[in-house]
Amino acid sequence: MKETPADPALLARRERQGGSDQRSERPVGGSTKAGPPIGRSRLRKLGVALLFLLPGLVVFFTFVLGPMAYSLRISFFDWNIIHPETSEWVGFANYTRALNDPKFGRAVANTLAYTAITVPAQIVLGTGIAILLNKAIRGRVLYRVLYYLPVVTPWVIVALLFKFLFIGQGGLVNHVLRNVLGVIDQDVLWLADPILIFAPIITLGIWKGLGWTAVIVLAGLQTIPVELEEVAKVDGATAWNRFRYITVPLLRPTLVFLLVVLVVGGLNAYVSNLLITDGGQPFGETHFVLTLMYQETFDRLDFGYGASISYLLTALVFVISVVQLRLLRRKVDL
Amino acid sequence: MTTARTRRRVNRTATHILLAVGAALVILPFLFMTSTSLKSQTQVLEYPPRLLPTDPTLDNYTEVLTGEQFGVYFANSLIVAVAATAITLVISSLLAYAFARLDFPGKEPIFYGLLVGMMIPPVMLIIPQFLIARQLALLNTLTGLIVIYVTMNLALQTFLLRGFFEDVPRELEEAAIIDGAGPGTILWRVILPLSRAGLAVVAIFTFLYAWDEFPWAHVAIQETSKRTLPIAIALFHGQHATQWGKVFAASMIALIPIVLLFVFLQRYFIRGISTTGIKG
Repeated sequence: MKETPADPALLARRERQGGSDQRSERPVGGSTKAGPPIGRSRLRKLGVALLFLLPGLVVFFTFVLGPMAYSLRISFFDWNIIHPETSEWVGFANYTRALNDPKFGRAVANTLAYTAITVPAQIVLGTGIAILLNKAIRGRVLYRVLYYLPVVTPWVIVALLFKFLFIGQGGLVNHVLRNVLGVIDQDVLWLADPILIFAPIITLGIWKGLGWTAVIVLAGLQTIPVELEEVAKVDGATAWNRFRYITVPLLRPTLVFLLVVLVVGGLNAYVSNLLITDGGQPFGETHFVLTLMYQETFDRLDFGYGASISYLLTALVFVISVVQLRLLRRKVDL
Repeated sequence: MTTARTRRRVNRTATHILLAVGAALVILPFLFMTSTSLKSQTQVLEYPPRLLPTDPTLDNYTEVLTGEQFGVYFANSLIVAVAATAITLVISSLLAYAFARLDFPGKEPIFYGLLVGMMIPPVMLIIPQFLIARQLALLNTLTGLIVIYVTMNLALQTFLLRGFFEDVPRELEEAAIIDGAGPGTILWRVILPLSRAGLAVVAIFTFLYAWDEFPWAHVAIQETSKRTLPIAIALFHGQHATQWGKVFAASMIALIPIVLLFVFLQRYFIRGISTTGIKG
């Protein structure tokens, strides 16, 4: 047992030499020393590393990669949840069914519209807040806390809260619109209309994401050297031109990051819709892709169809992300 | 000279007014939620809506805690969130150390495999995870929640910790190596103590994730006594759609740990978000 502590130490030292110094030294050390042959030392390294990797890899294979493969398989079956062995192979039928299902088409359209509205709104408003926060030295911490509060509040709570605010009779939003601002003359029944019901869902999406967007943009703004703006100011550049030609280009990597992450988040929106629409109400026309997937899978127990929907959404997310990065990367590098 | 100064002052005042108005709009729903939780059922949807309850009462809170078992749900949420956070810290520290400091065959592919795992939409995994959890008898157990919460955090938190571990100067490890310390000792005695900020970020965001998580708990838990706060609140609303006072009393209770965490660890939050881009 006495040798065991020495062995890892030796390994660690060798690791350090290989890692911190130039890579070219590693083969030299390996060949000149009369130590164990390279094959065995590599195995030993793998052994030590496995002690560190094993718990994580077991979890990852059991609950991420395994399930992904399983789900792919299920999506090609008319899956029987009670007797899986009797499930019938149906090929791409679940996929073609989804692509021809008007409910799925509607859910995709709803999800895309939600994303197309909430993402630019969050970026524009978040950037505005970040610019103001960057100017305001006093009170920055307090403002940051206030703007960030919605971000850390659980989705279930804020979804129910926005549903409450948009209640037709006695809701705060109608009261403000009608009696304070006077822009409507009778209560709007937001929650009973398949289009208007997206008002609470969309405002919630923007309101909840604003603080995070602002903090990310603020971090980006703080990397821009103050001198650049000052030089431009001396040269007589207007505030808008400074924003347009200094801030925006230098902020571009941050904005691209935000765009990609927020779009993925928007396409995966779920809890707000589920709770505000009570699962696609009214008329089953208000689904997002994931709420539809949930309903088909766990209410109708059509696991094969649900799995194919989840793969279609993943493909959509993947394609949109890749397209965004392709289109915007060149401009980021400048 | 004076005009420039006044202009700057006007500018600064305008900045503060805009920020204050924006903050008020952002906070208003929370104020309304708080006031509703203090209203009796007859006042909840009174017309016109009042921001301040005329006759505030704590009845909703006592009923939610005693009559509706929200104390149990709170405890469930706490157990799940603390356990998931602790286990995520251990497993992702081990992984992150291997990726930051050890040299082994297959390092790059394994690391990139993990990164790909980070990009999978979590709800996509719900169906197969449900079937596998059923096989392993993990449905209707808090363990089943903990396991999945650890899983869903693992890749991202490993990635974050690896960054923090790589920032630890290698010279500090040399003394330990000369003393004959193995990689386990180095991780425990040198890397972890010097990565407290990173561990705090990981802990905060894992805890928040577990405290917030709804979709998985919603499919995995049927038994009443195993509910966590998000499903308990959603199901309570589903059964008592008009009892908003109680819904928001329960919500306020669920917000307590978050507000405490947030107010006291604010600088870790902001540092975590702005240096890593983690989405809270």
